[in-house]
Amino acid sequence: MASYEIEQKDIINSNVLEQLKIQKFSLKDFDWREFPWWFAALTLISAITLIIVLTNPAYHEAFLFIIAGLGLTAIITLAAFSIAIVLGLITGLSRISDGVFAKNAATFYVELVRGVPMLVLMFFIAFVLVPGFVNGINGLGGALSNAGLSGFGSILSALSIRDIPMTVRAVIALSLTYGAFLAEVFRAGIQSISRGQMEAARSQGMSYGQAMRYVILPQAVRNVLPALGNDFISMLKDSSLVSVLAVRDITQVARLYAGHSFRFAESYTSLAILYLVMTVSLSLIVKIIERRYANYDR
Amino acid sequence: MTDNIIKLRNVSKNFDEIAAVKNVSLTVERGKVVVIIGPSGSGKSTLLRCINRLEEPTEGEVWIDSELLDGSEQQLNDIRADIGMVFQQFNLYPHLTVLENITLAQKIVRKREKKEAQKIAMQQLERVGIAEKADNYPIQLSGGQQQRVAIARALSMNPKIMLFDEPTSALDPEMIKEVLDVMLMLAEEGSTMVIVTHEMGFARAAADVIICMALVEIVEHTTPEVLFNNPNHERTQLFLSQILTK
Repeated sequence: MASYEIEQKDIINSNVLEQLKIQKFSLKDFDWREFPWWFAALTLISAITLIIVLTNPAYHEAFLFIIAGLGLTAIITLAAFSIAIVLGLITGLSRISDGVFAKNAATFYVELVRGVPMLVLMFFIAFVLVPGFVNGINGLGGALSNAGLSGFGSILSALSIRDIPMTVRAVIALSLTYGAFLAEVFRAGIQSISRGQMEAARSQGMSYGQAMRYVILPQAVRNVLPALGNDFISMLKDSSLVSVLAVRDITQVARLYAGHSFRFAESYTSLAILYLVMTVSLSLIVKIIERRYANYDR
Repeated sequence: MTDNIIKLRNVSKNFDEIAAVKNVSLTVERGKVVVIIGPSGSGKSTLLRCINRLEEPTEGEVWIDSELLDGSEQQLNDIRADIGMVFQQFNLYPHLTVLENITLAQKIVRKREKKEAQKIAMQQLERVGIAEKADNYPIQLSGGQQQRVAIARALSMNPKIMLFDEPTSALDPEMIKEVLDVMLMLAEEGSTMVIVTHEMGFARAAADVIICMALVEIVEHTTPEVLFNNPNHERTQLFLSQILTK
């Protein structure tokens, strides 16, 4: 046991050393072709813009105004992404299942969402689907009241479309849209696991569900983490679409500010830099995660 | 009366319209080692996979321990838990350590406590000679070690039958012996084993019954002595002349 532990430590040490070697920067190794010039330019522009925003009073004022929407942008993105992950996992699993209904329903949903522009979906879900759903519930409430369940029925029929704020509708719209995208991510991730894994698990007497849960999904999710990270970044950007529903995220707040101050350059430059700082730092985090798991197996 | 633990009756398996196994009947006695040989594409692996229904036979009956497989999910899971299978590509779970690989199905299929499952896993790892690798991940092991872990994983379920699907075909030559040695040990201990292999030396040493398949059918079903010294069927003669050097 003792000798094995030393062996294990040696493996780890040599890995760490190797990584350090790669990361250590020396002029001799500098290859101007490989240098990420785009990233340097991006960082430089962000830095200059940030300095302007922080020193120029007009920009400063616009920036402070816009930052007030940051909380809502974050909440909408996080909430919608969490729901989309659950929805995507269920839909992805349904697409590869043997169930004729589940498979067709899932594919229908995915193809429907992929075939309609996101902005149009946003309007459709907020102004058609959600009100239609509320009408349906009202109808159900009426039917229940008639059937004698007046207490429960009247609660349902009293539900008004006004009770569902635009922020909630925006989250529903974003999660329904991204649920379809993430379904494809999960499906691809599951199908990337070799067939032998499912066979090994089934040959040991595990049910399909157990094999999925304990053997396939842990590997699939690990494989798709970078893709999930990138979709999270996309969603952060697409959350700007909720401004069309008058939800006060940073985009909407910037539009409002620009509208009444007529300082378009100040407003939209601040807005753009805010998104850029968030997305570039998030994509750095995704890269780090990606690298960590690339070292881990296979 | 013979105690037949596996009974195949007129089993056929078609992939689309192409026959992979045609009308095969076969019985395996408890405690015997059956080796299936034959050229590639002759249906050996498909026949083996029909036994634990990784392939569902197109026609015919499969009986395991006097129970007819009817395709119901629960029966299938119960029966599969009693049949250990070792694959050509090992198929260890790469996200789990060696120990976790061996305890997973014990816990969720056999419903064993974690402690007990670990104890059994360590016993099986001792048996195949790699207890010191328990906390490693499969990727850190050689092919031969991975295959021995796969055997330990199958054994930990206390199988009534062990199936081996070309267990040494994906191994570097210097690792074949360590896996065959483990299989020989199991054979000597009286396990029921059905083995698809190209290792003729092993077949001669371990097999009680040897079956030669060619063109999706069984062409010869005999003892190793007869098969290697005096094969009856011309297909067997051809196959052996192609693989055995004088």
